[in-house]
Amino acid sequence: MGRYIQRRIAIAIPILLAITVLIFLLLQLTPGDPLDSYVPPDQPLPAEQREALRRQLGLDRPLVIRYLYWLRETVQGNLGYRAKTFEPVTDAIAHRIGPTLLLMGTAMVIGITVGVSLGVLAAVKQYSILDTVLTVLAFLGVSLPVYLAGLLGLYIFSLRVSWFPSGGFQTPGEPFSVLDRLHHLILPASIIAINYVASTMRYTRSAMLEVLGQDYVRTARAKGLNEKLVIGVHALRNALLPVVTIIGAYIPNLLGGAVFIESIFSWPGMGRLFLDGVESRDYPLIMGMTLILAIVILTANLLTDIAYAIVDPRIRYD
Amino acid sequence: MTDATPTQTAASGSRTLSAAAAAFEKQARVVSPARQTIRRFLRHRLAVVGLVIATLIVLLSIFAPLVTEHGPNTIDLRARNQGPSAEHWFGTDRTGRDTFARTIYAGRVSLAVGVVAVAISVAIGSILGAVAGFFGGWVDSLIMRFTDVIMTFPPIVIILTVAALAGPGVRNTMLVIGLLNWPIPCRLVRAKFLAIREMEFVVAARALGAPRRRIIGLHAFPNVIDVLIVYASLGIATAILLEAGLSFLGLGVQPPTPSWGNMLNPARNVSILEQYPWQWMPAGAAIVLTVLAVNFIGDGLRDALDPRMKI
Repeated sequence: MGRYIQRRIAIAIPILLAITVLIFLLLQLTPGDPLDSYVPPDQPLPAEQREALRRQLGLDRPLVIRYLYWLRETVQGNLGYRAKTFEPVTDAIAHRIGPTLLLMGTAMVIGITVGVSLGVLAAVKQYSILDTVLTVLAFLGVSLPVYLAGLLGLYIFSLRVSWFPSGGFQTPGEPFSVLDRLHHLILPASIIAINYVASTMRYTRSAMLEVLGQDYVRTARAKGLNEKLVIGVHALRNALLPVVTIIGAYIPNLLGGAVFIESIFSWPGMGRLFLDGVESRDYPLIMGMTLILAIVILTANLLTDIAYAIVDPRIRYD
Repeated sequence: MTDATPTQTAASGSRTLSAAAAAFEKQARVVSPARQTIRRFLRHRLAVVGLVIATLIVLLSIFAPLVTEHGPNTIDLRARNQGPSAEHWFGTDRTGRDTFARTIYAGRVSLAVGVVAVAISVAIGSILGAVAGFFGGWVDSLIMRFTDVIMTFPPIVIILTVAALAGPGVRNTMLVIGLLNWPIPCRLVRAKFLAIREMEFVVAARALGAPRRRIIGLHAFPNVIDVLIVYASLGIATAILLEAGLSFLGLGVQPPTPSWGNMLNPARNVSILEQYPWQWMPAGAAIVLTVLAVNFIGDGLRDALDPRMKI
């Protein structure tokens, strides 16, 4: 087991390095002079002063040297400064990461609990009207893009019937309270979770159906076990194995959803920060955030593989 | 079908016997695989519904000028922000343009982006996947690690970054989506090629001295077409969603060219969202209907071509 984890980490490191190269190259390909983000192009500046500034910023060095400099600083936790405000990128991210984690965590909890329950229900009542309705709803849930779900949710639940606030993450001018935060959280988190619920449900349903046909389930029934025990203990525990994999596999989608939902609901998280960066062409911010997101996803993939190996001892470790 | 029924059998002896033999012969005739596939597809009810909806949407987009007399960009300042009426079925937007006309003309752009983007990613993916799967070894490792790297990014994040750098527009949107979605077809083709490489007909072709290009293109490639068809149908849905997402954020197709995504963009303003739902709901409905239909078709195709296929 320990060797398996070591091997998986050893594979992840070169991928991470390749990602840093890719991110660095991507931003080198951008049109325009990087100096322009320090000195507005319409501001006249003598050529020798421009050159001096270029040398001072290290922009006259070869690409490889600049990459190595950037990598050295990045490894030490320095992601540079935002182009317009000169705020350190790490600070900007640190301020915004909390709300995003809260939003995504809630969405995941909703997605897993609701998705697994509905999936089990659909499998147990296979071919019933309930099963058909749930299957069609799942199709709808997968086909409903998160931005449209966000607009519809905002329109219906905040503007038509004012059950939830239309944005932000706490009522302005009021002190922090858990209830107020929950009130702001539930709508955007549920909307991000829609896709997640739908695919977890489909996954659980098919895993459950496969398990329910196994001999040990028949044995459990034959010896007169309560149906609840058969479903809940014998079948569900084994059906959940493959579901573990999609928990991790879904994190990139959740992050993508956060970009749209945070923008629609004015949620002060990383998704909106990223969008701000993209819209104002704040390259240090874009680079830093893309890198952090890549690390988050790599780690999630790694943990998923490890978790899967732990819950399913049949996985070969070599 | 001229099936021999019991009443006929009772009527007369030898003639019915030969009729029954003919009917039996007819039944026993081998049904071609393509026919079987079409039959299985048509038995998939949701897939047929999807096909009907998708056909309708495509026809509406292509024949948009015949369906509505309004142009997608005809501004009418005397008819701004009007609700649905007999004249303007889905109302008008803030410059008095007809929302129905814009929605069906937008279909042209959104569908074209979806199809072209998938064509790009299938082309790149199948070439790289074929090379990786057929040659194996370090070529395979290199290509697979590269797909790992690309797949590590959340699709929308990397697409937003590239779209912001490349600049908006229809052509760039197609390219960005196409160039970033090839890892999935690449993996599918590679997995199939790894298996095909060891099969007798490929070994035989190699033994006969066929050049590798011929083996890959003529002998191996036809075996991955079914996987690619299923991927393409599901991929078009993904590409349409990505285009709409990009344009929704203002980084994809730019107005005045209508696309379903950029018709949703004004709804980011809460007062438009609340007061003029007819301006953004039709585009949203068009996206969901199209994607749903395409997903149903993809599901039906998968079941029809190979029920064990995993996509």
